Amino acid sequence: MTAALFAEQLLNGIQLGVMLFLIASGLTLVFGIMNFINLAHGSLYMAGGFVAAIVYRYTGSFALAVLVAVPAAAAIGVVMERLVLRRFYGRGHLDQVLVTFALILIMNEGTRMIFGPAPLLIGLPAMLSGSVEILPGVGYPIFRLTILLAGLLVAGLLYLIIMKTRLGMWVRAGASNRPMASAMGVNVPVIFSLLFAVGAALAGLAGIMAGPILSVQVGMGEPILILALVVTVIGGIGSIRGAFIAAVMVGVVDTFGRVLLTPALGSMAIFILMAAILTFRPKGLFPVHG
Amino acid sequence: MTHDVLDIAGLNKWFGGLRATNDIMLSVREGEIHAIIGPNGAGKTTLLSQIQGLLRPDDGYIKLDGEDITYEPAHKRARRGIARSFQITSLISEFPVITNAALGVQARLGHSFRFWKQAGSDLELLEPALEALRLVGLDRRAGSLVRDLSHGERRQLELAIALAQKPRLLLLDEPMAGMGRQDTSRMISLIAGLKGQYSIILIEHDMDAVFTLADRISVLVAGHVIKTGTPEQIRNDADVRAAYLGH
Amino acid sequence: MADITAFSTSRKDALAAVALIAMLALVPPAAWLLHDPFLVKVATRIVIFSLAAIAINLVLGYGGLVSLCHAGLFGIGGYVVGIAAFHVSEPIHLGPLVLGGSSDLAITLPLAMLVSGLMAMAVGAISLRTSGPYFIMITLAFNQMFYYAAIALQKYGGEDGLQILSTITLFGVDVGNRYRFYYVALAVLALATLLLGRAIGSRFGLILRAAAENETRVVVVGVQPWAYRLVAFTASGVLTGLAGALLAASQQFISPVDMAWDRSGDLVVMAVLGGIATFWGPILGAATFIALELMLSSWTQHWQLVFGLIILAIVVGLRGGLVDLLRLIMPKPAGKTT
Repeated sequence: MTAALFAEQLLNGIQLGVMLFLIASGLTLVFGIMNFINLAHGSLYMAGGFVAAIVYRYTGSFALAVLVAVPAAAAIGVVMERLVLRRFYGRGHLDQVLVTFALILIMNEGTRMIFGPAPLLIGLPAMLSGSVEILPGVGYPIFRLTILLAGLLVAGLLYLIIMKTRLGMWVRAGASNRPMASAMGVNVPVIFSLLFAVGAALAGLAGIMAGPILSVQVGMGEPILILALVVTVIGGIGSIRGAFIAAVMVGVVDTFGRVLLTPALGSMAIFILMAAILTFRPKGLFPVHG
Repeated sequence: MTHDVLDIAGLNKWFGGLRATNDIMLSVREGEIHAIIGPNGAGKTTLLSQIQGLLRPDDGYIKLDGEDITYEPAHKRARRGIARSFQITSLISEFPVITNAALGVQARLGHSFRFWKQAGSDLELLEPALEALRLVGLDRRAGSLVRDLSHGERRQLELAIALAQKPRLLLLDEPMAGMGRQDTSRMISLIAGLKGQYSIILIEHDMDAVFTLADRISVLVAGHVIKTGTPEQIRNDADVRAAYLGH
Repeated sequence: MADITAFSTSRKDALAAVALIAMLALVPPAAWLLHDPFLVKVATRIVIFSLAAIAINLVLGYGGLVSLCHAGLFGIGGYVVGIAAFHVSEPIHLGPLVLGGSSDLAITLPLAMLVSGLMAMAVGAISLRTSGPYFIMITLAFNQMFYYAAIALQKYGGEDGLQILSTITLFGVDVGNRYRFYYVALAVLALATLLLGRAIGSRFGLILRAAAENETRVVVVGVQPWAYRLVAFTASGVLTGLAGALLAASQQFISPVDMAWDRSGDLVVMAVLGGIATFWGPILGAATFIALELMLSSWTQHWQLVFGLIILAIVVGLRGGLVDLLRLIMPKPAGKTT
C-alpha cells in the first residue's frame, strides 16, 4: 500500500468513524440512562436520509435539505418515544427488542410504501464537489472532508455539553447511576425526551451525510445500526468518550479490512475486534456502570 | 477453648473515600450464635457480603475452618458451607416453595448437569427440601407459589433455603425485619431451636431478640468492632452504652 | 394440599405437545385428501421453524437470554449440509487424503449439529461473560459476522447462495419425496420436543430457570450459572443448526439471506408469539408466524408493515403469547382465578 492510498483510506476510516459516532452517541446515552435497547435507532438514520433526499429533489438545495431533515429526524424520534417507547422503559429487554424490532418493520415497510423500493439520490452542491490536495499529489473529495470536519465539530460540541454544562452533568450522573437519575429532582421525562430528540437528530444528520456517498434506500439503517451497536459495546455502554474512541477504531479497522481483505472478509474484521476486546474487557473499554 | 469456625482479622473495605469496614477482627465459635449489632450504616450488611464473597475486601483475611477464603468467589464459599438468609428476600417467585428449598439441597449434591430425571419428583431433592421446610414450619405450604406467601412466610423460606444447604456457617441478615409481633416471636423460637447445631452470625435490630438468642455480641460502629462480649458484658459496657445503646 | 411437583413438566404440558405433534402428523393425509401438496410444503417449513423456535426458547424463555445470533447458527447448519453435498461431485484433496462429500442425512445432520454446536459454544463463551443489553448486542454482532462469513464463501455461491444438486438420502434411502422428508423432519421435532420437555424440568432446568430470575440466589447456594448457561446455549445452537440443516435439505438451497439478523428477530418473535413460558408454545408460535406470513403476503406486498403492527400489539397487550389467549378462551378449572 502506498503512502497516498494509506492516507486516503485512513481519512475514509476516520470519516466513517465520525459518522458512526453520531449514531452511537444517541444509542449509548439512551442505553446508559434509560437502560433501553433501541434497535430502531437505525430507522432515524434512514429517516434523516429520506427527508433530505426529498427536500433536495424539490428544492435542489443541499443546505435546505440539512436544515429540514435534522429537525425532522428529531421530531420523528420524539414521536416514537412519546407514542411507543416510553411505555417500555421499565420492561424487560426482551420486550424492548420486540417492540423496536416491530418498529423497524413498520418504518421500513412504511417508507417503501411511500417512496418505493428504488434508491434516492442526494446530489452534491457545487462548492462541496471536487477535491483538495491533502498530500502533494494526493487528492481527497471535499465532501468527505466536510463530513469529517462537521462530524468532529458535532462530536466536540457534544463532548463540551456533556462534560461542562449542568444538563450534561445530569446526563452523566444518570448514565453512571440510574436510581440517581430519577432522584435528581429534575423533570426526568423531559430529559429523556430531550435526549431522545438529540440522539435522533444526530442519527438523522449521519443519514444525510451518508446520502451522497452511499444511497438513500429502505433498509439502509440496519447495517449501520449494527456497526453502531458494536461501537457502543466496545466503548462501554453510557460512555461518550468510549463511543468516540471506539467509533474511530471501528471506522478505521472496517475501512482497512475491506481494502486489505475481500469486502466480505473485511466486514468480519470489526466483529473479530469486538470479540477480542470483550474477551478481556466484558464491559467495554470505558465501563460506566460499576 | 472451642474451635473457631470463622476467623476474620484486619478486614478493610473502602467505598471511594468511605471506609465501610474498618480493621475488623471477628471470630465465630463452633455452635455459637454471634450477634452483630450497631446503628444503621455501621457496615453490618457490607461485612456479611464480604464473608459471603459478594464483595471483595481491600485487605485483611477471612478464614473458614482455618482455611483462607478471602478471595474465593461466592459460589465456592457456599459449597464450603456458608449460607445466608437475605434481609431483602431473594427468592425465585416463579417456583413453588419446595423448589426454592430444593435449590439449597441441589448445590450440595454435586453438579446439576442432569437433564432427564424430573426435579419435581426427585426424592433425593424433595425429601431434604421438605425437611428444611419442616424445620422452619413451612412444610404445609410446600406446594404454594412464592408469590402467594406472606412476608413472614417468605422470611421463613429464606431461612429454609439456607438450612437446606446444611451450612457450616449461617449468616442471618435481619431475619425479623418487617415482621409483626407474632411472626417475630415464632422466628425467635425457631432460631433458638437451631442453637448449638449451627454456627450463626445474626444481624438484628430487635434488641430483645438479640439478647435472648446470642451467646456473644459484637458491636459495630462506623465499620469498626468496638466491643465483643457476652450479652451481660455488652449490656453493662459503658463505651457501648455511650456509642450505641444511648442510655 | 397443592402439588409439590408443580415445578416439573406437567401432564398437561406433555399432552399439549403430543397434540401439536399429532396434528402436524395429520397434515400429509389431509393434503392428499384435498389434493393440495402445497400444504405439505408449508407444514415442512412449520416443522423446521418449530424446531428452531423451541431451540431458541431454551435460552430465551428458560435462560432469560435474548439471543440474536440464532439465524447465524441456523445458517451454519444449512451450509454444512449444502457444502457436504457440493463435494459429492468434487471431492476435497488434502495432500494424499481425499474427502468425498455426502448428501446422506445420517452423516450430514450430525455434522451440522456438531459444527453449529461448536460455533454456539464459542459465541456463548464470550457473550455469556456479559449480560442484559450487552449480551443482546454481542449476539447480534456475531450473527452479522456469520452472515458476512457466508457471503465470503465465494466457492459456495457467495451472496447468491448454494444449490444442492445431489439427491438427499437418509441411510441410503431417497428422502427427496416431499411426504417422506416431512415425516423425517417431524420425527426430529418430536424427539427434540421430548428432550427439551424433560430438560427444563430436570435439575439442570431448575438451575437455568432460577438463574434467569435471580442470579444471586443461585450463586449463594453454591452454583456458578455460567457453565449451565453455556450448556443451554450450546444445546440450543445444536438444535437450531439441525433445523437449518433440515431447511437446506428440504429446499435444496441455503443462502446468506437465511442468516440475516432480522431472521434472528423472527425466531424470537415466533417463540414469543406462541408463549415462552412453555416448551411447546413456540411450536404454536412458529405455525402462526408462517401461516400469517403466507396469508398477509398474498393479501398485500406490504405485509411486513401489518406484521410489525401485529408484533407491536402483542408486546403491548398479550404478555404470555398465544398460550395466554388459549387460556382466555378455554374455560377455567373451578376454584382458580387468573
